Amino acid sequence: MANSIIQVENVSKAYRRDTFDIPVLNNISLSVSEGDFLGLMGPSGSGKTTLLNLVAGIDRPSKGRVVVGGTDIGTLSETALAKWRATHVGFIFQFYNLIPVLTAYENVELPLLLTSLSKAERKKHVEFALQVVGLADRMYHYPKQLSGGQEQRVAIARAIATDPTLLVADEPTGDLDKQSAEEILTLLERLNKEFKKTIVMVTHDPRAAEKAHTVRHLDKGELK
Amino acid sequence: MRIFKLMFKNALRHKLRTSLTILGIAIAVMAFGFLRTVVTAWYAGVEASAANRLVTRNAVSFIFPLPLAYRDKIARIPGVETVSYMNWFQGVYIDKNQFFARFAADVQTALEVYPEFIVPPDQLEAFTKERNACMVGADLAKQYNFKIGDVIPIEGDIYPGKWDFVVRAIYQPRDEKVDGTQMWFHWAYLDERMRQDMPGRAGEVGWYIIRISNPNDGARISEEVDQLFKNSRAETKTESERAFQEGFVQGTNLIIVLLNFMSFVIIGIIMLVLGNTMIMSARERTKEYAVLKTIGFSGSHLTKLIAGESMIISILGGALGLLLTYPIVGMFSLFVPKSWFPIFYIEPITIVLAGTSALVVGVIAALFPIQRAVRTSIVDGLRFVG
Amino acid sequence: MKIPLKYTLRNFRSRRLTTAITITGITLVVFVFTAVLMLAAGVRKTLVATGSTENVIVARKSAQGEISSIILNETYNIVMSLPQVAKGSDGKPVASGDVVVVINLPKIGAEAGISNVTVRGVSQAAFQLRPQVRVVEGRMFNWGAREVVVGSSITRRFEGVQLGSTIKFGGDVWSVVGRTDAGGTGFDSEIWGDVSQLQDAFSRQGAFSTLTFRMTNPDQLDQIKRAFEEDNRLQQFEPKTEKAFFEEQSQFMAIFIEVLGIFITVFFSVGAIIGAMITMYAAVANRTVEIGTLRAIGFRRRSVLAAFMTESLLIALIGAAIGLFMASGLQFFTVSTMNWGSFSELEFSFTLTVEILTYAVVFAILMGITGGFLPAVRAARLNIVNALRSA
Repeated sequence: MANSIIQVENVSKAYRRDTFDIPVLNNISLSVSEGDFLGLMGPSGSGKTTLLNLVAGIDRPSKGRVVVGGTDIGTLSETALAKWRATHVGFIFQFYNLIPVLTAYENVELPLLLTSLSKAERKKHVEFALQVVGLADRMYHYPKQLSGGQEQRVAIARAIATDPTLLVADEPTGDLDKQSAEEILTLLERLNKEFKKTIVMVTHDPRAAEKAHTVRHLDKGELK
Repeated sequence: MRIFKLMFKNALRHKLRTSLTILGIAIAVMAFGFLRTVVTAWYAGVEASAANRLVTRNAVSFIFPLPLAYRDKIARIPGVETVSYMNWFQGVYIDKNQFFARFAADVQTALEVYPEFIVPPDQLEAFTKERNACMVGADLAKQYNFKIGDVIPIEGDIYPGKWDFVVRAIYQPRDEKVDGTQMWFHWAYLDERMRQDMPGRAGEVGWYIIRISNPNDGARISEEVDQLFKNSRAETKTESERAFQEGFVQGTNLIIVLLNFMSFVIIGIIMLVLGNTMIMSARERTKEYAVLKTIGFSGSHLTKLIAGESMIISILGGALGLLLTYPIVGMFSLFVPKSWFPIFYIEPITIVLAGTSALVVGVIAALFPIQRAVRTSIVDGLRFVG
Repeated sequence: MKIPLKYTLRNFRSRRLTTAITITGITLVVFVFTAVLMLAAGVRKTLVATGSTENVIVARKSAQGEISSIILNETYNIVMSLPQVAKGSDGKPVASGDVVVVINLPKIGAEAGISNVTVRGVSQAAFQLRPQVRVVEGRMFNWGAREVVVGSSITRRFEGVQLGSTIKFGGDVWSVVGRTDAGGTGFDSEIWGDVSQLQDAFSRQGAFSTLTFRMTNPDQLDQIKRAFEEDNRLQQFEPKTEKAFFEEQSQFMAIFIEVLGIFITVFFSVGAIIGAMITMYAAVANRTVEIGTLRAIGFRRRSVLAAFMTESLLIALIGAAIGLFMASGLQFFTVSTMNWGSFSELEFSFTLTVEILTYAVVFAILMGITGGFLPAVRAARLNIVNALRSA
């Protein structure tokens, strides 16, 4: 068995709403090995997005540890965590979340602005990433000039631009028609196989889950 | 600045809103510049005063005269170079709304004391020779279209009677700080008329202007002058020209307070307009900021991004406002007679102050949205709906 | 059908900060606008209240104020012989020849410096002519003595003029024996003494600055004016009602404050209108779907327009109310400034009048309408289908 890249140890998470806490995750442990393509499934409200957020380092557990690539991300400061995200994780959203005033090229370039790469090097990275997702010819289009599937592919290019080891996707096909969804899933599969990206994907689409190597089910904050 | 492009694109995202904000800031900066210019005009007399001039007046108040005999006694004090004297003549030209300063002056010495009044030698000679001649400032001459040889008829009030003065000289103010709207005539002519009409008021001097060789002796010489006339019927009060001028301004302190208060409110208004825009923009972009954070942007990146956007708007607004200040001040001086505000120009410090306020406001207006953007957790931000 | 007001109010609550900022902007503008007008009104009111319509004041025609006017004894006697001059029970004219001078006194407070104070020498009938001036503390000065009574606002603002102290001017020492109250008029900012004593001290024997007399009948001013024109010994002099005279003295100051104030408020209001516009445009943009929904349900364009105009007007009116409330608090403050008309300090208070109140409210409504109109039109013009789809 390959090295485990993600270790979630006894993690609980509760959100505070007004005066009472709403438990979302309940003492969860999970290990993802390097190169895996993990599908997290479960009904809405089951806590799958929360778990994904914890793994991606955009949220912090109430209890327990999340270790990614040997780093206990719970111990990092906000700034260090931001830096960590910039280099180690690529995040793919359901609604793409591209910056509307920036072109496809500029959107993909965003995470590279945080590195010390020169302009020419950044250009190479951006062009490569857009090529991988098959949008080299749409570089200077603005998000509103692209279709949903194309927008998601730009978003994926943005996620892989810094060459992170881990890709995290939250319902990446949730807002797409069947064919576009298929394309996105194929792309993710290729990234996993060809580029050795570890992928954690939240979905409730069984066809999406099929593409994953491992599928885990969450229900009411517990892993099945 | 790698995120400059995004800053700029963000600033231009709502073109209408940004233009309105820039316009709002521009108008406020312009109003600020205008107000400061009015304050400058108010203090013009103080600013124009020289360190080597003292003014001696009646201790009771400015409206009471001093005897001419004081001149020689003052002149004997060591350190005194020249003693000149003047009277406030006032009177009415055409009607009471035509206000400009009219002085009876001992012209020869007065021009020594006030080298900033520049008179062509031939005109000065003609002026000196004729007993009822007068000299007017270039700005005044322009306002009333006075030419050499014109007669200015004045109805006296403090010095009753009809007075006709012939313009024999037109002086040029040395620079923009010097009042170019005064009228001077010979003190000797005033005295001659008084001797005939009201002998009790002959030999009366309004105030003395003393030029001293070393400005540092000012306090000592003032003290000595006042000591000379202590316990006489006309005690004196001697002070630096600056203090004398400040005395006039001080009376209308309220206006200055009012103007300063308004400048303050203006800055507040710029802040509100820009702050409002920034808060709205940042609120609408809550989700985007969360996305940027997810990508790996830290709090300091977002701070730069938002502050930069705010600064871009405030700099554009401030620059436009400064540009507009010149025509508006120009317009004001067109409508208001030059003699009301003889000195009306935009001081460099006004520009600096206005520019700085715009910048400071740019930073402050960004504080709240920055705080919000940084504090909002990514999870909440991603979930945010307008 | 009208969109209920509740909808507008709910929107305020959901966009609290932006609404609050816009209201603050309008509050500031209304406050400054009102305060400036109140200041000008205060100067006017104080000086207008100073003079009576039953008294006539005579000054040299060319004089800019009382201090630059000179009236000799002969002239005084000619005027007194006019039939319109009222006689008292003792058969003497109800008239006062005044000598008005300005002296310097130190102001109370560390950095205040010195300022000009009017000293008025009056004749015996002066207190009959100006019954509003009463000695409220100490006693009246003795005629023929170097004694003075000091106006209440002078006592408050200047040093060394309190009851029992002495003031040095005109080559002599004057005892302060009383404090007067003139009911908030300009006389509160004056020092009064015996005219003959002041003439003597300032070597002005046989000359007054102005003279004031009571008319036998308040509508005689025209007759008196004619008498002055016909008598060539009086042609250099001008009779006016006392009220008109003092009102003129306030003109320059009041107009200056007003002009400056209005000039500035125009700038300010443009700023506030822009602020309101930005807010309203944002309100429209944020509620595009809502507007689409409302229209789809069956509300007409006009109703949408009205709803947004109401919102903008409401913001303006709330701002006006707060601004006026703050400004009305200024009424408790008195301020003083040099009045150019008299060349001396005058104390007055911020005065709120019904006119000012009306101006401020109308002004706020105008700001609300201008700020809200364009955004409201945009809201009303939205295409239903596009609006619904814009989420």
